[in-house]
Amino acid sequence: MLIIKDIHTFYGHIEALKGVTLEISEGEIVTLVGSNGAGKSTTLMSVCGISPPRTGDIHFMGIPIHNLPPHKIASLGICQVPEGRHIFPHLTVAENLDMGAFLRNDKRQVRRDVEYVFELFPVLAKRKKQSGGTLSGGEQQMLAISRAIMAKPKLLLLDEPSLGLSPLVVRQIFNIIFKINEDSRTTIFLVEQNANLALKIAHRGYVMENGKVTIADSAGNLVRNEEVKKAYLGI
Amino acid sequence: MRKFAEIRKSLYVALWFIFLTFPIMVIRINPLEKTVEWRWMNMALVGIGTFFLSFLWRYLISKKEEGSKRAEEKQNEKISKLRRLIENRKIIAGSVVAGALLAAVFPFVVSLYQTNIMTTALIYVMLGLGLNIVVGLAGLLDLGYVAFYAVGAYAYALLNYHFGLNFWMVLPVGAALGALFGILLGFPVLRLRGDYLAIVTLGFGEIIRLILENWNEFSFGPSGISNISRPPLFGIELSVQNATVYMYYIMIFLCLVTIFIVKRLQDSRIGRAWVALREDEVACQAMGIDRTKTKLTAFALGATWAGMGGVVFAAKTTFVNPASFTIWESIIILCIVVLGGMGSVIGVITGAFIIILLPEYLRVFSEFRMLMFGIILVVMMVFRPGGIISGVRRTYKFEGKNF
Ligand SMILES: Nc1ncnc2c1ncn2[C@@H]1O[C@H](COP(=O)(O)OP(=O)(O)OP(=O)(O)O)[C@@H](O)[C@H]1O
Ligand SMILES: [Mg+2]
Repeated sequence: MLIIKDIHTFYGHIEALKGVTLEISEGEIVTLVGSNGAGKSTTLMSVCGISPPRTGDIHFMGIPIHNLPPHKIASLGICQVPEGRHIFPHLTVAENLDMGAFLRNDKRQVRRDVEYVFELFPVLAKRKKQSGGTLSGGEQQMLAISRAIMAKPKLLLLDEPSLGLSPLVVRQIFNIIFKINEDSRTTIFLVEQNANLALKIAHRGYVMENGKVTIADSAGNLVRNEEVKKAYLGI
Repeated sequence: MRKFAEIRKSLYVALWFIFLTFPIMVIRINPLEKTVEWRWMNMALVGIGTFFLSFLWRYLISKKEEGSKRAEEKQNEKISKLRRLIENRKIIAGSVVAGALLAAVFPFVVSLYQTNIMTTALIYVMLGLGLNIVVGLAGLLDLGYVAFYAVGAYAYALLNYHFGLNFWMVLPVGAALGALFGILLGFPVLRLRGDYLAIVTLGFGEIIRLILENWNEFSFGPSGISNISRPPLFGIELSVQNATVYMYYIMIFLCLVTIFIVKRLQDSRIGRAWVALREDEVACQAMGIDRTKTKLTAFALGATWAGMGGVVFAAKTTFVNPASFTIWESIIILCIVVLGGMGSVIGVITGAFIIILLPEYLRVFSEFRMLMFGIILVVMMVFRPGGIISGVRRTYKFEGKNF
């Protein structure tokens, strides 16, 4: 579904991605783990076109997307939940969700999807008239994920959904990521520091270091991999 | 205990003011007779005056803080009385009818001078509503807005001077030129935000003014262009009195059109895109909003109204020169938007009336006029930081059984 072939992404002179190659098939949950500054967020930004790669190809369902502007890529069905929950702080929860459905025209289905995300996150239903900026960190993360669900993406990119959340909420959010994948066969590309949990729900995983993919394997194998255990699982 | 601390603070303020104003308020040197006069009475007056003002100020601030605390407790009851008044349908209908009647008969019950001032205020309503698109909705701080106003005014002045085109022909041209210049400014500042954007737009405004001032062959330099014709009514030239009244009605009409279009824009897809852009650029891109197009349309549409406003201004005063388009003008328009309440149409209208009409009616205070104006602005911003009428957004309603 998504094929990333040897992309190099730069911030000015800094080469953040030094030839990243990876692949995601339809219906999968694929996780990308790695230490701080490895280039995980940059990889997602490159896929979205917000920081496009200087060289290399990205294909989404057969379409080359590495030269497309972000809104074109989004309209093909790729939606990102950026790191650090970029919600719209002065809009209410309901309006935030409505923004998620910006590209959609099927009003009735949108309304049904709002009900669906309120089922997933009942807290949001209670807070729907509250402005996004006044939600707690965990609620904001839930809102960011919900907003992405409202876009009905084919491929959902999640950047560290567990950032700064309590263990209980993290587990809850991971359960829901799993449920989204089950319910609507949404393909999920999950960037995570919490490798333990990420590898539990993912089918496959990639390990990234210094702008390069160093290990690619099934989630089960990665959990058993000695190197991964030492570096990312803290065992 | 708290009261005592307040009194002490006010006392300090009073002492500080006595010290500051001592040389001008107390000492008077008479250079002819070579005597120094000590006016201790003035010192006492300054002291007592500032003490009471400062105390009053503190009292009002603490009242306001208490008020906002109470509002937080009653989360859902947050809507202020003013907002509720505005949202009550009967009151809306009533005030709209009353407003329409008043607007319709206005030129016949007041003097020509008053009508003229009101027309100016209406021009600023239009400018404010235009800038509100850029600043209030899209969140792009534009300090060069006056440039588009100048473009419109000079478009009419020059086309009228060279080709004798009349007001109605140039009005759409002014609008189109405004939009064109809006896009022209928009392209180079696509990547800028906040303070950087403000500085570049400020520069742009000054560039346009300097060009008009220095390119004598084109714009007749600082002396400007005079004898611009007033708008004709069905091809008939009107007398000055009738033209003033006619101008007033034209502005009423244009303002109504502006309000209608701005309202529609606000609730439209592009309006939502502007708001998203203002709120968070990364998220806005992730949601599939075209950032470039959204920014450019905000600049272009905002500038359109300035262009039209410029044409009206030139037709009203029958004279344009670069001095009418200084940075001060941009700041006034920005004040209208910020003071009125960013993103709110009614707020901007109220803001325009206050900012334009207040100095006129404060003329009785003669030299203290601008000082009073400044004080009123500061007081308003302290007590209503969100603007007089803070952005009344359309709230989306989802019907469902689960909540
Ligand atoms: N906007 C930017 N400008 C310059 N350099 C950047 C920018 N964003 C990221 N970088 C650099 O690119 C490298 C990769 O950053 P990236 O954000 O992709 O890391 P990450 O793997 O997501 O790390 P983390 O787990 O801490 O989020 C880092 O060295 C970082 O300093
Ligand atoms: Mg990151």
